[in-house]
Amino acid sequence: MKPARWLADYGMILVLVLLCAFFSAVTYSEQSPTGEAAAGQVVEAVLKAVPNGARVLVVASDQPGDAAFAARVERDLTAAGARVLASVTGEPRNAREALQKIQSAGGSMDAIAATRVAGGWRLITDLASDFPSLGSPRVITPASYRWPNFLKSENLLNIANQIAVIAIVAIGMTLVIITGGIDLSVGSLIALAAVLVAGFIRDQAGGMSASIGGMVLGCLLAILVCGAIGGFSGLMITRFAIPPFIVTLAMMLVGSGLAYILAQGQSIYQIPDSFVWLGRGADLFGLPNAVVLLLVLYALAQVLMSRMKLGRYLYAVGGNAEAARLSGVPVRRVLLFAYVASGLLAGLGGVIMASQLKSGSPTYGNMYELYVIAAVVVGGTSLSGGEGRMLGTLTGAFTIAVIQNGMNLTNVESYTQKVVLGLVILGAVLLDKLRQAR
Amino acid sequence: MSPPSPSVLPLSSTNPTNPPLLSLTGIVKSFPGVRALRGVDLRLDAGEVLAVLGENGAGKSTLMKIIGGAHAADAGTLAIDGQERRFQSPQESRAAGVAVIYQEFNLVPALTAVENIFLGQEVTTGGFVARRHEREQVSALFRRMGVDVDLDEPCRRLSTAQQQLVEIAKALIHRARILVMDEPTAALTSHEVEKLFILMRELRRQGMGILYISHRLEEVFTIADRVTVLRDGGNVSDCPIHAITRDQMIERMVGRPLDQEFPSRRVARGGPRLEVSGLRRGKAVQGVSFQVHRGEILALTGLVGAGRTETVRLVFGADPRDAGEIRLDGQVLDIRSPRDAIEAGMGLLTEDRKLQGLVLRHPVRENFSLPNLRRWCRRGFVQRRRERSELDRYIAALRIRLSDPEERVGNLSGGNQQKVVLAKWLARDCEVLIFDEPTRGIDVGAKYEIYLLLNELVAAGKSILMISSELPEVLGMADRILVLHEGRITGEITDVAHATQEQILQLAHA
Repeated sequence: MKPARWLADYGMILVLVLLCAFFSAVTYSEQSPTGEAAAGQVVEAVLKAVPNGARVLVVASDQPGDAAFAARVERDLTAAGARVLASVTGEPRNAREALQKIQSAGGSMDAIAATRVAGGWRLITDLASDFPSLGSPRVITPASYRWPNFLKSENLLNIANQIAVIAIVAIGMTLVIITGGIDLSVGSLIALAAVLVAGFIRDQAGGMSASIGGMVLGCLLAILVCGAIGGFSGLMITRFAIPPFIVTLAMMLVGSGLAYILAQGQSIYQIPDSFVWLGRGADLFGLPNAVVLLLVLYALAQVLMSRMKLGRYLYAVGGNAEAARLSGVPVRRVLLFAYVASGLLAGLGGVIMASQLKSGSPTYGNMYELYVIAAVVVGGTSLSGGEGRMLGTLTGAFTIAVIQNGMNLTNVESYTQKVVLGLVILGAVLLDKLRQAR
Repeated sequence: MSPPSPSVLPLSSTNPTNPPLLSLTGIVKSFPGVRALRGVDLRLDAGEVLAVLGENGAGKSTLMKIIGGAHAADAGTLAIDGQERRFQSPQESRAAGVAVIYQEFNLVPALTAVENIFLGQEVTTGGFVARRHEREQVSALFRRMGVDVDLDEPCRRLSTAQQQLVEIAKALIHRARILVMDEPTAALTSHEVEKLFILMRELRRQGMGILYISHRLEEVFTIADRVTVLRDGGNVSDCPIHAITRDQMIERMVGRPLDQEFPSRRVARGGPRLEVSGLRRGKAVQGVSFQVHRGEILALTGLVGAGRTETVRLVFGADPRDAGEIRLDGQVLDIRSPRDAIEAGMGLLTEDRKLQGLVLRHPVRENFSLPNLRRWCRRGFVQRRRERSELDRYIAALRIRLSDPEERVGNLSGGNQQKVVLAKWLARDCEVLIFDEPTRGIDVGAKYEIYLLLNELVAAGKSILMISSELPEVLGMADRILVLHEGRITGEITDVAHATQEQILQLAHA
């Protein structure tokens, strides 16, 4: 493939990389390590400072990873023969109590193993004056380092998790837009699916004590109902030649209304904790399950569009439906497939959202159809049909997510964020037009 | 048709000693990678019809766009009445009295003839369009032109010929003195062509200079006063029409002596293959029956609107038929869609390759594969190696000129586009091929290649049903001719060798 064409197809990836580089640069700052890796470092330092039978206090604050830090430090020190007097995770108040208890027991200590945050508490830095009887323990904290907040693995996973629903729904939207159509109903179908699955679990599968089988059944039911609605839209479009915009606008209202009726306008949250496995779990190399699902679906969609007959047909129908029909392409069936797929994927998106939020509400997915369309368009798919790439859409979805996340990290106000996002979408499409004009 | 009155044009008759109405000297125009024009000279006098001939790619369209102000020349001068002009936009060209009628008309389909004619130059009083005034002017003009166009119909409902008249009327209302027409007769019936020529002669008599671009050499002899031939972006000939023969014209266009226009073949006709009986759909097709034999080219001809295209679309399943039976090799076929027809072994090369034959924005490769994917895929996956080798085979066999099979098919010349359409059906190995105007808008050299290909196909035992409006082509290529008129077959000519164009026209007007 020629470099020029590669750039034309995947130029958006370059933009995404530049955005990531930009946000990495602006969020480059001092990091306070915590968790197991920092624990190992601290244990090593403690043992080095006080080789034999050290009496140690472990202090950690209540940030994520701190509990793991404290537990690991305590375990490793004990294993190495040191004595852990107390292990505190929480606020300075908790640490003070522990110190007082040690003091009243008449003990003294050699070292305090602390996270960077805890090590900086006034209580710890002024220990010698407040608790003189404890001796002069050395405060040992993990070394700090500089790293962009944006590039921290939690943040990156956070981005992926936040965009999962939009990105998955955007697969279906890309199929539809490549055929020259549009599907405005996906936002409503997200809400409908979320309400359906939550309602099914509450009412049919036993609520808080629902079994896994019941929950899976609920998910499948919700997804299939959305697929059926997509199929209905497809039939209206292919049999009666009603423009997709109108049909899916109608189904957007119908879907949203149904979601409100089913949920009686309320959130449904009588769902067992295990239901969040899909949306919040992370079983494979620490990757969230929703992100794994997203990657698998994109891989399948990419293969479909680039290698399979059906993919060719989708492009052909969007490029020139009459020429495709006269070449023996089953145009109606191809269109029907696109709308059914879009419905199914919107349903899946709704199920994931319900799982992420552990509830189902008819307000979910509001305006999502527009974000989804934006992701597709930013990814370089033309609204006039016949052109577009699945990986482009994935890039587009991530571009939007990265911009949103980056603005959150740099404390841009949410109203300003909307303005910026709108302009970015416009800019991306403008760039695409300029490139094509050349 | 009543002869137009002398006042169609606001022109004074021109003195022949005046400077030429339009003169181009040394026009050069390059596009990235191509030198489209390399120093073209051209002269058009008032009151003459100048035919500009040339193969596709010779530079006719570019020249026309320079005259119309759509392109600016890189070098050379353009003068009107001896006064040098540099058009920066189509508006400037129009203001200087030039009207260009492109093959694809510049009409807004939803607007009426009157609205289109005055588009951008509306007559207004206080911001309101003076509709009655405009309407009266147009209807008076149409009367003087001797034509009948419904003023209240949106243009999309008008016939091609009527739309063309609207374009001409637009030029006249804008007081154009130079009329450039690109293939004006390509989509007209021979009757409509005659009417158009009467109008063109009248305009010429009143002093208009008409630049006429056509592939149809017969017409050039009928209408033109002078002929300029372009080849590879330069002039190769400029002479009065009586000083040149048809064969000389072709030789100058292609740059080599042409032995014959239609290649000969000797194929024994086999038994009947495709049998169609009692085919009906509305008023367009009212009971058409015919047979196409093995190894035969059957031509279906008649005026535009006689139901030729409609008939073959019914055979191919592109439109639903009211009645009729289609048999292939004696088997009754239940054709409900093009898919069924293709499955049965038919292929349709459509009349309009841009709208119906190709996905212009898609690569040559994907267009070529479209009807063949079912056979070139395994478990839903396209066998890309096979696809590519088949494509390479046909690119070589049909001598399709392209730099890269991934090139958009819309970037190819008309002849090469047509070859891509042919290739996709040939690769399908269809037993019955329906060709609707297979050589429309294609230059002489490419036409000959397509004729050779038709001969090879029938020699291989295929059956060909060919629609053509070009009577020399029908007479030169067909084994048998059917003439349609108003949805019925009005005649069959079996002795093609001794048939004449007049004979066909008689049947066509029935």
